[in-house]
Amino acid sequence: MKLFDIAQKLDLHQFTHLEVDSVDESTSAYCSDMLSCVMTGAGHHAIWVTLQAHQNIVAVAALLELTAIIISENALPDAVTIEKADQEGIILLGTTAKNFEVCGKLWELGLRSS
Amino acid sequence: MTDIKNQPITDAVAESITKVEELAYELLINQVMTRDIATVSPSDTMEFVAILFREKRISGSPVLRDGELVGILSIEDLIRCLMAVDLPSTVEKYMSSKLITVKEFDPVIEALKTFVHNRVGRLPVLDEQNKLVGIITKGDITRGLLKKLTNEFQQEEIRVYRASHLFEDIISTRTSLVLRYNIKPRDFIHGGTASSYIKRALMRLGASPQIARRCGIAIYEAEMNLIIHSRNGGIIRVEIEPHQITMETIDDGPGIQDVDLAMKPGFSTATEQVREMGFGAGMGLANITRCVDQLKIDSSLERGTRLKMKILLKEQESFGDSRGNHLEGTP
Repeated sequence: MKLFDIAQKLDLHQFTHLEVDSVDESTSAYCSDMLSCVMTGAGHHAIWVTLQAHQNIVAVAALLELTAIIISENALPDAVTIEKADQEGIILLGTTAKNFEVCGKLWELGLRSS
Repeated sequence: MTDIKNQPITDAVAESITKVEELAYELLINQVMTRDIATVSPSDTMEFVAILFREKRISGSPVLRDGELVGILSIEDLIRCLMAVDLPSTVEKYMSSKLITVKEFDPVIEALKTFVHNRVGRLPVLDEQNKLVGIITKGDITRGLLKKLTNEFQQEEIRVYRASHLFEDIISTRTSLVLRYNIKPRDFIHGGTASSYIKRALMRLGASPQIARRCGIAIYEAEMNLIIHSRNGGIIRVEIEPHQITMETIDDGPGIQDVDLAMKPGFSTATEQVREMGFGAGMGLANITRCVDQLKIDSSLERGTRLKMKILLKEQESFGDSRGNHLEGTP
């Protein structure tokens, strides 16, 4: 499913200033708030669901070449984090929903673990 | 979702849309605008304008009175005049005096925003004294962005080309490239910076994406360990050789009390505060083990910790020409 459609269906808003329309199909997602677990578990180009919003999530996502991070429970990344994500091309999306709900919806949309 | 949307953009640009957006913030209006422009005065006749537009092949022109910008005349205004069969009238009657302008030192993104919000084809560009210095059109922006993109793309290609031939071009008994990074304790803001530089360096040297990724993950975990645990920070040292990559982190304390325990997945000595940020899952050393071919930990409470990680490169993964880059009969 296209990230653009996922963002619409889950009512996500974008923190970054990146073009979501042109992103390729997303097929996999990963959820954890522990960065080292993400390092192990998240696949290439996956969508990462977390309630962490600090700058280091961008470093992790960039190293793993993830497509986007869905930041849950209304956690807000600061300006520096957003700027860094813009530079690295990591799309930051936000929602008030909890990790569990986001994952449930992603699963319903056909996304699976990597 | 962004301002650049709805802009006429060629296929070549669309492919690297994020790069384009970045450039739209970097590139200044006066770097892409047209400087040499035809202007008209309010007292010129529309007949004069018709000839000017046809001869210069332009579709609009700023209107100046004594050097001051007072309006803009577009081809639509000329058509209105032609339909009214009113060519002897003056520019003043047909020009639009509602002025939408941009500043020459603003980034191109400002002009793009203005184009989105106002249905105009061209914008007069003013200097700091509000004097007209040029005109910018969407075409100018597309051309400017394309030119800059091409340049940057070529520069990265040249960098990759130069770097990837480094090991072939230099003949020695043992060639290696050493990268060093100083890591400060508790510097979470810069966490991951050294690892991303190292990953980029490896890609430029021609490493496969898998090798670069393995190194990136291993060095990230080691880098975060220095940030989280070390007393005074530490050093990351990466030695790249044609057949192997050796990564080391060195700190001067506090040392690991029980290395075997530290290696156990899930074991962590990170503070509550650090865990709240998502670190200290106790997976760092386990992740490193998974990514590297050899891992050696030398730690004592007196001297601190030295982590040595090695990735061995297979024949087809090695840097440079694996046959001709070192002297015969030497290690």
